[in-house]
Amino acid sequence: MHRTGELYGQFETLEQQKDSATLGMWIFLVTEVLFFGGLFLTYTVNRHLYFTAFGVGGNMLDLKLGATNTVVLIASSFTMAMSVWAAQTDRKKLLPLFLTLTLILGCVFLGIKYVEYKQKFDHHLVPGHSFDLTYRINHPTPGDSPKELEGERKEIEDAIQTEAAGTPQERLVALNAHTQLYFSLYFGMTGLHALHMIIGAGLLIWVIRESLKGRFTAAYNTPIEIVGLYWHFVDIVWIYLFALLYLINRHAV
Amino acid sequence: MFVLLTCLFFAVLVTLLVIYAAFRYRRTAPGEVGSTLEGNTLLEIGWTTIPLMIALVMFAWGAVVYTNYRIAPKDTLDIYVVGKQWMWKLQQPNGKREINELHIPVNRDIKLIMGSEDVIHDFYVPAFRVKMDVVPGRYNTMWFRPTKIGKYHFFCSQYCGTNHAVMGGWVTVMDPADYAAWLSDEAADSNPAAAGEKLFTQLACVTCHLANGTGRAPSLNGVYGAKVLLADGSIVVADDAYIRESILQPKAKIVAGYQPVMPTFQGLVTEEQILNLTAYIKTLQSQPVPAKGAGIAPAAAGKK
Amino acid sequence: MSTASTANVGPALKMPEKHYLNATYGIRSWLLTTDHKRIALLYLVSVTFFFFIGGFFAMMIRLHLLTPSGYLLTADTYNRMFTMHGVAMIFFFLIPSIPAILGNFLIPLMVGAKDLAFPKVNLLSWYIYIVGGCFTLYSMVTGGLDTGWTFYTPLSTVYSNSAVAPAVVGIFITGFSSILTGLNFLVTVHTMRAPGMTWFRLPLFVWAHYATSVVMILGTPVIAITLGLAAMERVFGLGFFNPAMGGDPILFQHLFWFYSHPAVYIMILPAMGVISELIPTFARKKLFGYHFVAAASLAIAVIGFLVWTHHMFLTGQSTYAAIAFSFLTFLVAIPSAVKTFNWTATLFGGSISFDTPMLYAFGFLGLFLIGGLTGLFLGCLGVDMHVHDTYFVVAHFHYIMVGGAVMGYLGGLHFWWPKITGRMYPEWLARIAALILFVGFNLTFFPQFVLGYLGMPRRYHVYPPEFQVYNVMSTAGASILAVGYLLPMIYLTWAAFYGKVAGNNPWPATGLEWTTASPPPTENFAATPVVTWEAYDFHNRPDLGLDVPAGHPGIVPAHGDD
Repeated sequence: MHRTGELYGQFETLEQQKDSATLGMWIFLVTEVLFFGGLFLTYTVNRHLYFTAFGVGGNMLDLKLGATNTVVLIASSFTMAMSVWAAQTDRKKLLPLFLTLTLILGCVFLGIKYVEYKQKFDHHLVPGHSFDLTYRINHPTPGDSPKELEGERKEIEDAIQTEAAGTPQERLVALNAHTQLYFSLYFGMTGLHALHMIIGAGLLIWVIRESLKGRFTAAYNTPIEIVGLYWHFVDIVWIYLFALLYLINRHAV
Repeated sequence: MFVLLTCLFFAVLVTLLVIYAAFRYRRTAPGEVGSTLEGNTLLEIGWTTIPLMIALVMFAWGAVVYTNYRIAPKDTLDIYVVGKQWMWKLQQPNGKREINELHIPVNRDIKLIMGSEDVIHDFYVPAFRVKMDVVPGRYNTMWFRPTKIGKYHFFCSQYCGTNHAVMGGWVTVMDPADYAAWLSDEAADSNPAAAGEKLFTQLACVTCHLANGTGRAPSLNGVYGAKVLLADGSIVVADDAYIRESILQPKAKIVAGYQPVMPTFQGLVTEEQILNLTAYIKTLQSQPVPAKGAGIAPAAAGKK
Repeated sequence: MSTASTANVGPALKMPEKHYLNATYGIRSWLLTTDHKRIALLYLVSVTFFFFIGGFFAMMIRLHLLTPSGYLLTADTYNRMFTMHGVAMIFFFLIPSIPAILGNFLIPLMVGAKDLAFPKVNLLSWYIYIVGGCFTLYSMVTGGLDTGWTFYTPLSTVYSNSAVAPAVVGIFITGFSSILTGLNFLVTVHTMRAPGMTWFRLPLFVWAHYATSVVMILGTPVIAITLGLAAMERVFGLGFFNPAMGGDPILFQHLFWFYSHPAVYIMILPAMGVISELIPTFARKKLFGYHFVAAASLAIAVIGFLVWTHHMFLTGQSTYAAIAFSFLTFLVAIPSAVKTFNWTATLFGGSISFDTPMLYAFGFLGLFLIGGLTGLFLGCLGVDMHVHDTYFVVAHFHYIMVGGAVMGYLGGLHFWWPKITGRMYPEWLARIAALILFVGFNLTFFPQFVLGYLGMPRRYHVYPPEFQVYNVMSTAGASILAVGYLLPMIYLTWAAFYGKVAGNNPWPATGLEWTTASPPPTENFAATPVVTWEAYDFHNRPDLGLDVPAGHPGIVPAHGDD
């Protein structure tokens, strides 16, 4: 179907096209809810079964970095909303500005995520053969605060007691397995989320380029609106992830 | 039966209606059209609620039967069952064990407490109309009350890999006196080799140690007293001690070219049974040795 | 004088000059098309390819089961045969078939639009299907798959020695094809209906696909993530579903069946939609209880999401859960029963002809009836204790999926073949093929109900000898069934090039798609249609050229004698 102006050939009017695009994005977001939902369900079931182990895992996450990321994403949702406003009110200069701000904030988020992942890698908390939840307390580095390490050691020892019966060695193995489950879900859920952020960044780059050409007006700004919907959704998913992964059973820092 | 008859009734009813309508209202002229009849709300309500009622009766009846099945009565004879790829191990209350066989007394409530060592299996006795999945990581229980003496097939009824289809056996329901006798002793067989041959099948040895050498384990034809080439290159003589060790600690000596997959029968066979098995394997000396898959060291190998 | 619908097609018709098939030429114009009609044909070719693959595996299964002791295949090979039969047929044939072929082709035509809402996404859907299919084919040729199409853990994630990971990745990918197709359909039906085409004037085929699309978009993401987790577990040794590492195999079953049960409604709802078109057309009468049938489609879609645990009655789960799900399972049967009664009632007072599509519709009625009723056996907890995981289940779902969905698919293909290709298939040969199919099908699968009742478990490569006679009957039926499938493949292909030119509306039928040329032009309609008539209204359509009695339309006596 060819395009005349902004109207694609299969549509009769621009309004029909906009309605279709918006409805399409909403339906797509519903599928995303179901997609993440399966992971959330698995997480919930496993947290219920292994509450203490998941608490241990959760406390190994860096709350400061997680909270910063939350603020960053909420700010980016604000700048995204401002972009939509700018488009709807024909502010042709502000539009690319706000979109770029959103993109920058998104990249900040991904950067902080990278730092967190690297930390986990260094502490042998990536699921697989070298997963070892005691690695950090057994191999302290100069940067680690002794108080923090002591807190972690105590927590692990307490958690070992809650595992099903056996020798302390066997219980540690069980705790390791259950904490590995936590981190599998951590990487799975935040990884999937990060992938969606990267896709969102790609969409933003495309839309920034088009907006610099002056393509979006009060009469036609559907792409901005649907990218906004997508971006807000990715933000909301992060809020839930932050609460579930970082905040439940969190001890004082 | 209720379900079958109701379903049969509706199936026949609708089929007859369709056939009748197809005949009665067949087209008689090329341009003919049908009537303008479009619907009848009363009819719709009728044929929604009536099937719903019937369905609810089926549901309730089934739910009652199932609930009774899931809640075992108090005074049961408890059998512990372990399913693994691809055999069943069953243990009587007094500790006596069986493989792929279950002996039980008639007119007693029997409860099976089941676990799995590897994947999901299912214990199914068609004649008793009962089955239950056997899931690793948990215990599942089922119960039934046999009312007729006889032998009944049981099957594994949840796909579990290669030999899912041969993972079955027999439930033998016996008179209580016979059961008590069976439970307390193993009727001695005057012929050890014959007893050994029965055991060889009962214990499922025959599923891997195929006589023609194409199984997962070496053929035992001609092996007694012969030299065997092991995986580490050494050669041993397959005497009584070797056979006993292979049954109780199969991973101690692996025959060259084979995987260490034989399960141990420690605790599953008595010394007497090992003697019977050895007697049977001795009788296989005269059987034709397959060209491949014998496990017997080739004559030249001794010269290394 | 013949009363076949096409008897009176008039003087020799000519193909339209320009239509969607000859609008552009060259392989690029097909592989880069965004025309929903061409995409439908791309799907037709690829889906048929996978049907052959699945059919090949079916043939191996039935041949091997002729004897109780397994003369043809080893256990491992047989296990691969039935697994790959299931995977190919379910994910690559049944789920796409009617929606991706007939749905894609017809929905824009039926609502009066020029194309679907997102034509490029439609093409992307097809490519995603192909990529997913390639992964799965790769798995089939490099070690095969022997876990059963249900991939129960820990067998599939830990113990199986087959190529599980690529197959699972392939299915994961193809799931997105389904999601995007459903998304496209939903938006199209909401926003692109022609003027006058209100919701309750829509053909029931569209209602059926709307309901199917709801199921597709809500259910498919869950199987995607489930298989994703299973793949992670297998490749990286994680432990979500492996008890040895703290995981739970039953969690896998819940996640798996949460999609896979609604999936069966994805497979049957479109077929029901086809039947809802065929019966009014060939009885020349409005569908009885249009609103109830539309509502029933939606009810099936919704309640279908609430019954998944009926596949797990015997896993040791809570008795209360089992009771709840059994209750819901009986509920979901009711809308299907309502539809069956409505289809039957449509016949009364009609003017019925026995063209091939109608023969398929009759076949559907009978076979879906049996398949659906046997579902009641399985939903009834007390009966399921005996027949779960036996050939009874196998017979039940084949009655619905082959006796139901495939009959609907073939009936629809025949019905719309003149619209798709502009040419008619050979009627008498087609009727014979339909009968061969019906006979072969029943001979193949009815004995399996008996087998299941007698206690033969499924997925068995060898079986006790007392079951042999039924297995032989079943295999004999399968060979007849195969002929029934091959014939349409051959003559439909032949007819596409050499069949008699059909004209716009050979039957005639009342849908919007029949008001445009056969084959349609690329933009579907010369001018945007304006709809002023109700669905299946044969009495207010003078353009159909039928003998509608003048004046007050009452009940027309069937024999024409007043």
